Amino acid sequence: MPEIMLKTDNVIMKFGGLTAVSELNIEIRKNEIVGLIGPNGAGKTTAFNVITGMYYPTSGKVLYKNIDITGFKPHSITELGIARTFQNIRLFKELTVLENVLVGCHIGINSGIFAATLHTPAYRKREKEAHEFAMTLLKEVGLESAAYEKATSLPYGKQRRLEIVRALATRPSMLLLDEPAAGMNPQESLELMELIRRLRSEFDLTIFLIEHHMQVVMGVCDHMYVLDYGVTIAHGDPASIQKNPKVIEAYLGVD
Amino acid sequence: MKLTKHQTYTLIALAVFGVFAFLADSFFDAFTLRVFNLCAIYIVLSLSLNLLNGFTGLFSLGHAGFMAVGAYVCALLTMPPELKEMNFFLAPMVPFLKGITLPFLPSIIIGGLAAAFVGFIIGAPVLRLRDDYLAIATLGFSEIIRVLITNAQTITNGAQGLKGLPRFSTTFVVWTAAGLVTLFMFLLMRSSYGRAMKAVRDDELAAEAMGIDVFKVKVTSFTVSSFIAGIGGALLGHMITTIDPKMFTFLLTFNILLIVVLGGTGSISGSVIASIVVTFLMEILRFLDEPMNLIIIKTNGLPGLRMVVFSIMLMIVVIFRQRGLMGGKEFSWDMVSAFWSKLKSRKGGRHA
Repeated sequence: MPEIMLKTDNVIMKFGGLTAVSELNIEIRKNEIVGLIGPNGAGKTTAFNVITGMYYPTSGKVLYKNIDITGFKPHSITELGIARTFQNIRLFKELTVLENVLVGCHIGINSGIFAATLHTPAYRKREKEAHEFAMTLLKEVGLESAAYEKATSLPYGKQRRLEIVRALATRPSMLLLDEPAAGMNPQESLELMELIRRLRSEFDLTIFLIEHHMQVVMGVCDHMYVLDYGVTIAHGDPASIQKNPKVIEAYLGVD
Repeated sequence: MKLTKHQTYTLIALAVFGVFAFLADSFFDAFTLRVFNLCAIYIVLSLSLNLLNGFTGLFSLGHAGFMAVGAYVCALLTMPPELKEMNFFLAPMVPFLKGITLPFLPSIIIGGLAAAFVGFIIGAPVLRLRDDYLAIATLGFSEIIRVLITNAQTITNGAQGLKGLPRFSTTFVVWTAAGLVTLFMFLLMRSSYGRAMKAVRDDELAAEAMGIDVFKVKVTSFTVSSFIAGIGGALLGHMITTIDPKMFTFLLTFNILLIVVLGGTGSISGSVIASIVVTFLMEILRFLDEPMNLIIIKTNGLPGLRMVVFSIMLMIVVIFRQRGLMGGKEFSWDMVSAFWSKLKSRKGGRHA
């Protein structure tokens, strides 16, 4: 069996009296695509925020490649190799498409303010490499012709793809996608899932994604977790999830 | 090395300006020359504030405080012992500062470093705040610095201030400083660090998720900005040759903020242009403060009337051009040629 990339150990996240996530136990192995699904307000994004260090869990631990990363700052977690996208697109709106991706390369360039300002030879070399890498990434998703346009001038679907590419620029080994197909029609969603599958094999990624619509991720996921009111009500392969009465109840309600 | 057409234009423009500054230095009368040099100092100051407000998205109003630190430290280092003796007549000066006299260049750098250090100390706690809270906190610290200077009689000569500073801020010195700061900002904003700053400005959360240490970027930006503000303060002190705590009130910060907003937050060339325009306008409009006889309206001197003009300008900018004159863009020769061809086509259209 491949190594375990990400593991959460009894993670509980409470906001005052509300338990947003209770006793979350997730295990993701290398090169898997794992889905986290559930109705609105089930605590999916909260779980993501705990994993990426945006929230500090009330109790429990997050382990990445067997390192306890609970309480690490978000930027350190990204440096360790977990990149993420956001549910509501968060591009750098004053920057161009290419610059957005280059921001993702910042840790890779790894130069201090003075080396960068003085454009030292070492800095220039890294900047040039970052530039080439960013262009390769943009080509990957068909955005290279828009490289010098403002990020916010792109149509919605392309903005979504840009966000994914920007996350890839941090050279992650694990990618967390928060509702990547939100607002897309079925055809676009299908194409996106195809892209996600392709990126996994090309960049040797492990992918953890949140999705609201179960049908969209059924085809792409190796494994799924279903949350409802913060509680993990089911996990397993897509086929068994689809038949699980608890999941059907959570999604459709019961008389 | 081969130059592109635009690079040649830029070099020619710089050379023309250099000649102009040289001629100005020899032929302008003392008052006009002083205003001309004040432009350079305002370029330094507005760029340092733009680094915070425009490029890193930190709304800071503490600039006058950092300028004061730079101005005082530099002045205390350059003043010869006899001059210090003359200034400190109310209370004697602390002995360890009495004997020190340094040349201008090391003094101004130490002044800038002192301002940067104070900026770092203040920035570390204050930068945990956001938006208006940050503005209020920085404003407060700036006032605290001023009060401390007023009360440190044996070090700063308190409210009497320091008089008769050597006039080191010559045309050459101030415009070199303005040029260096502009070049620094230009190179910084083209580097990965500048990109990180803009990313922090546009979306902190996303910047953090991209692996950028947001807090470190903010503190660095604040420290560098304080350093430049300190340099600007030192230049100002050695041009006016007198400094006192009342010079460094909130009004000074406001003047710089006015330039930054009018020129365009997040535009280096906007700040440079607005610095020159606003500094000259401040002097040209001075007649408004004096008694006027407009046949219908007679005033016997309304101090501050010229600021009304700037308030109106500010309102116009806020209503019609929220991002300021340059709107976050930079000056480029393409912009000039685009403007030129637009002008031409309009003329041609009229003929047809």
